[in-house]
Amino acid sequence: MSLITPLKKARGLGSAKNGTHHWWMQRVTAIALVPLTLWAAFSVASMAGESYEVVLTYFASPFNVAMFCLFLFTGFYHASLGLQVVIEDYIHNEGLKLGVLIGVKFALVLTGIMSIFAVLRTAFGS
Amino acid sequence: MAEFKLPANSVVKKGKTWPAPKGATRTRNFRIYRYDPDTGSNPRWDNFEVDLDDCAPMVLDALIKIKNEVDPSLTFRRSCREGICGSCAMNIGGTNTLACIKAIEDVEGDITISPLPHMEVVKDLVPDLTHFYAQYASVQPWMQTDTVAPQDRERLQSPEDRKKLDGLYECILCASCSTSCPSYWWNGDRYLGPATLLQAYRWVIDSRDEATGDRLDNLEDPFKLYRCHTIMNCTNTCPKGLNPAKAIGSLKQMMLERQ
Repeated sequence: MSLITPLKKARGLGSAKNGTHHWWMQRVTAIALVPLTLWAAFSVASMAGESYEVVLTYFASPFNVAMFCLFLFTGFYHASLGLQVVIEDYIHNEGLKLGVLIGVKFALVLTGIMSIFAVLRTAFGS
Repeated sequence: MAEFKLPANSVVKKGKTWPAPKGATRTRNFRIYRYDPDTGSNPRWDNFEVDLDDCAPMVLDALIKIKNEVDPSLTFRRSCREGICGSCAMNIGGTNTLACIKAIEDVEGDITISPLPHMEVVKDLVPDLTHFYAQYASVQPWMQTDTVAPQDRERLQSPEDRKKLDGLYECILCASCSTSCPSYWWNGDRYLGPATLLQAYRWVIDSRDEATGDRLDNLEDPFKLYRCHTIMNCTNTCPKGLNPAKAIGSLKQMMLERQ
């Protein structure tokens, strides 16, 4: 039984004084991903069936490498922000929520670094 | 986890059917959610066939007729019967609205009536709104100023500034919007919900109020404000035709402006 007042329950632990940055970054990355995804998709499609040498030439351009890395970074960052919201929405057990949040973010950082490293390695031609 | 299935004791069973009086030619079936905490049994759907030739036009009229003439134990809130008190908010035909301003003929087929969704039910169509009201109180919905009020007259507000309250002051706190919001269903303990956020915005943009920054401080929270995912059910369902989603959008914009 709890005898705390409804107002204390509604106020909870008070305001966390954040959330705006998360929300704004989610919006900005979403908009940035529209041109970046189109660009990446067209780039990959234009190289379909081409030899490894053609791909190497493509990644010899610093602009192409930068755009691809930007696409990957923005994509993984956006995914991390979005999945965090989904997890917070639906998992109500605090311990489980924390565990899943850390696990998902770790997986995203890991795959993000791996994919950017793969692009850079191709660019440096090793 | 968020619950997607009703607990066993909340599963709604088949209830009683009350046929229309003999000789009635124009009848409609009202399928009404019934729950009595005193009996300890599950909620049920009762069917009431109502003679429309002997009933006023609104859904609330039919409910009152049923309570008066068929089953006096039918429990619901109502007061003004003209859409200004917000007492008779309930889910009618799948949409949260006010029974008193919802015409029977605007609902197709059987008229299904249940309490506001995802709230604890006190009895029949009466939901427990304690937390909803406490959340409203938590945004301190009254004027806060440091400047002393003028001695000889009211605090002045220009017609342009007064105009900013249009579309906000009309909110009657019926809770239709908040209880239509999936975010409020899953996280209503911490998310303030569209009704409370619209009211909070109403004070944030009031030209006479001086606590704007403190009000925004109190709202700046991943749960209190940012659980709004712009689902827009609130705007869709508001029986007064208001736009809580827009008010929340304006709050988020102000949060950004002050960064």
